[in-house]
Amino acid sequence: MAKQRVHVRLNGREREADVEPRVLLVHLIRDVLGLTGTHVGCDTSSCGACTVILNGRPIKSCTLFAVQADGGELLTIEGMMQNGQLHPLQQSFHEEHGLQCGFCTPGMILSAHALLQHNPSPSEEEIRWGVSGNLCRCTGYQNIVAAIQSAAGKMREKGAAA
Amino acid sequence: MIAKTSPEIGGLGHSVKRKEDLRLIQGKGTFVDDVRLPEMVYGQVVRSPFAHARIKNVNIENAMALPGVLAVITGKDLEKAGLAWMPTLFHDKQMVLAVDKVLFQAQEVAFVVAEDRYTAADAAELVEVDYEELPVLVDPHRATDPDAPILREDREEKTNHIFHWEVGDRKATDQALEQSPVKARVDAVFQRCHPAPLETCGCVADFNTATGRLTVWLTSQAPHAHRTLFAIVGGIPENNIRVISPDIGGGFGNKVPIYPGYVCAVVASLKLGRPVKWIETRSENLQSTGFARDYHMTAEIGADRDGTVKTLRVKTLADHGAFNAAAQPSKFPAGLFSVCTGSYDFKKAFCEVDGVYTNKAPGGIAYRCSFRVTEAAYLIERAMDVLALQLKVDPAELRLKNFIPSDRFPYQSPLGWNYDSGDYAAAMNRALEIAGYKELRKEQAEKRAKGELMGIGISSFTEIVGAGPAHTFDIAGIKMFDSCEIRVHPTGKAIARFGTKSQGQGHETAFGQIVAQELGIPVADITVEEGDTDTAPYGLGTYASRSTPTAGAAGAMAARKIRDKAKKIAAYLLEASEEDLEWEPGKFSVKGVPGRSKTIQEIAFAAYTNIPPGLEAGLEAVHYYDPPNLTFPFGTYIAVVDIDKGTGEIKTRRFIAVDDCGNIINPMIVEGQIHGGLTEGLGIAFMQLIDYDESGNVQGGNFMDYLVPTAVETPRWETGKTCTPSPHHPFGAKGVGESPNVGSPAAFVNAVVDALAHLGVTHIDMPVTPWKVWQILKQKGVVD
Repeated sequence: MAKQRVHVRLNGREREADVEPRVLLVHLIRDVLGLTGTHVGCDTSSCGACTVILNGRPIKSCTLFAVQADGGELLTIEGMMQNGQLHPLQQSFHEEHGLQCGFCTPGMILSAHALLQHNPSPSEEEIRWGVSGNLCRCTGYQNIVAAIQSAAGKMREKGAAA
Repeated sequence: MIAKTSPEIGGLGHSVKRKEDLRLIQGKGTFVDDVRLPEMVYGQVVRSPFAHARIKNVNIENAMALPGVLAVITGKDLEKAGLAWMPTLFHDKQMVLAVDKVLFQAQEVAFVVAEDRYTAADAAELVEVDYEELPVLVDPHRATDPDAPILREDREEKTNHIFHWEVGDRKATDQALEQSPVKARVDAVFQRCHPAPLETCGCVADFNTATGRLTVWLTSQAPHAHRTLFAIVGGIPENNIRVISPDIGGGFGNKVPIYPGYVCAVVASLKLGRPVKWIETRSENLQSTGFARDYHMTAEIGADRDGTVKTLRVKTLADHGAFNAAAQPSKFPAGLFSVCTGSYDFKKAFCEVDGVYTNKAPGGIAYRCSFRVTEAAYLIERAMDVLALQLKVDPAELRLKNFIPSDRFPYQSPLGWNYDSGDYAAAMNRALEIAGYKELRKEQAEKRAKGELMGIGISSFTEIVGAGPAHTFDIAGIKMFDSCEIRVHPTGKAIARFGTKSQGQGHETAFGQIVAQELGIPVADITVEEGDTDTAPYGLGTYASRSTPTAGAAGAMAARKIRDKAKKIAAYLLEASEEDLEWEPGKFSVKGVPGRSKTIQEIAFAAYTNIPPGLEAGLEAVHYYDPPNLTFPFGTYIAVVDIDKGTGEIKTRRFIAVDDCGNIINPMIVEGQIHGGLTEGLGIAFMQLIDYDESGNVQGGNFMDYLVPTAVETPRWETGKTCTPSPHHPFGAKGVGESPNVGSPAAFVNAVVDALAHLGVTHIDMPVTPWKVWQILKQKGVVD
């Protein structure tokens, strides 16, 4: 199959690759560009392990062709750290024991990130709906909710300080 | 009581934050699909669309002609190499790739290898298989009917019956039950479900043609056992096999068996001399790998009129699918199911299980469960509620009346288990207190008077974990001990390696805490490693809540060996006799001489730089721990549900879980395990079902049809604990990972039945869906 050039800005870095039009975005990210923090947990867009942020919105990267992301800005888990510091969400997932096996964690953190971008003070219910597209088989979600609440607090404080 | 170390040392009882988190929250973990090797190629399994069919021909020409395709392996190819079949973990064999016929939908028929994933998938579509459909057997109750098709023509015994297993005194139990003034019976199906860890199964098999060494990165809960089986099945010298189980994205029993895809990837790598990656899709995972449960059970309780239980009789039909691929200790066809007398003091009991083949995926694995204890706990806790309903007594009171009293431990159960310790009433009373049980019952009565549906469900389970004593327990002949090797480095830091393999349980942290407790070396200075068979000591792996009871115990014992040697070195350095030394975590001091002491770090340095005459250099130890008995965690769970009369929708309003797992290593991790296990229990009770239609088509073969809980259905869990240490475990721990999954399904179902009990409902099979409840409400005239 003829390949097509795809150009993306991935975690702030310009990247390009030639891929078949049928290649899924998650495979571009993982197999071609080599960032394996984004995971694949299902084949029906149900589990959210592959969630990344495309142009500011959370998407399931197993459900988009790489060519559809051409010219787009992508954020994956590898881009969450800033200036060598863990993002408040990463910090809070650690502090609140919001992960066990860690397979869902990158997608979960990115969904939470997208939620907090448009709702900096979500209620527990809003958090639960906000990550309802992300399955976790280990934690029972309780500490994930706590982690997102804690991170939201940290981010509000930071915002207030800035 | 165990002395609590300083937070800096971080021994037992500290909620130490997890070490493994730091890589996982940054996307820097290494799961099997993250492994990329030079020249690596991809495998794809070709699967049967039919549940039972004769294979007339397999044509690989078109697939081979596709550019980028390197090999297509068929059953016939494997047959030539003697690899068309492999042993299961339970006295049976399983086809790796089908030769003559297929026995379940999605069974492995061929294995395609190509330069990339996409080409492999294309080529799999091009493999042409001619099938001739055969009559399909789906209902296990029909498996031994005279007109049922015989599924396993390869076996000498021409029957679909696999085994009959019984424990207890049948005659005495029958007689006692016959004479019982009160009899309660429940027929309950524990439905077929699947553990569905978020990471599916897979491997990267890398045979190095120059060295003759095979390295397999494997989604394995038991890497050592898998290495041995690869050696035995594949005929490769075991020293030439290295299994690496890297970060594992959940297991829950699904990653205990060996699957055909692994074997095919190894064969393909041997054939091509290139690394072969095979990662199954979610659909493949749900449709073909180890399912759990599928137990069709009847329990009958004989009791006195005052509610004192006396006799228990259990009869069960077990559907194992096409191959008996249960992962059980070899002497126990139904695992530890005979713990079905539960928390109650039955005088007589009898339990029998018959296993049969059907045209379904093979298995019978232990899903977050110590070998069928989940089925047992569910059955007895359901049956107790049926008895309570029949006697019109409160289910909490009935349980309190019949608990094995705390002064009767160690307790010998009528079906042969020796319970190590327990105080069931304490856990129950704690749960009732947290729940505000009396008020809840009052509220329920008020709501019922208004026509609203509210239910309260109790489950007071007893677990049986930590297999196991080697005299009784083995898997495929390998005894179920576990191991730890500790090396203390000259600068006082250490590495500890274990024969188990964490899949999210936090061993890198918790097992470090065990060593920290015993040696006083800060947990931050202890590296824990598992999963590489070249470096870790041999062990049987992580499942059945056995890691803490076995490998955790080995960690404590190995550390104690090191402490014994450290004492000799300290005596030499302090010029004192060993008898005059006393230990506190982290140092030896001379009794009565303040300030005269040597820290473990100073001792470690001396072990390499200033070795006492007559002593070997170094500070290392290995321990293989064979537990004297199993451990018996327990607890009481209370579910409170509200049911929408119009839709049958069930909302879990509250769930109180009081667990007793003995002494705790890391309270934060234990709590997390309980949250997770309860959520899986919720899924099993209300959502998770692998079903088949009459043609053997799997229903529930992907995440759109196989529902697991999201954050929205999952309630906020309320936890509590009591602590009854195990008397035989080195630090009194019992294991906890599975208790919430074992104990909770009955609490949920009991709650729903309780909400509907006044309508005459005594039982509903899982998953208890809104549709099922709505049908009942309609039938009872509650909705139009």
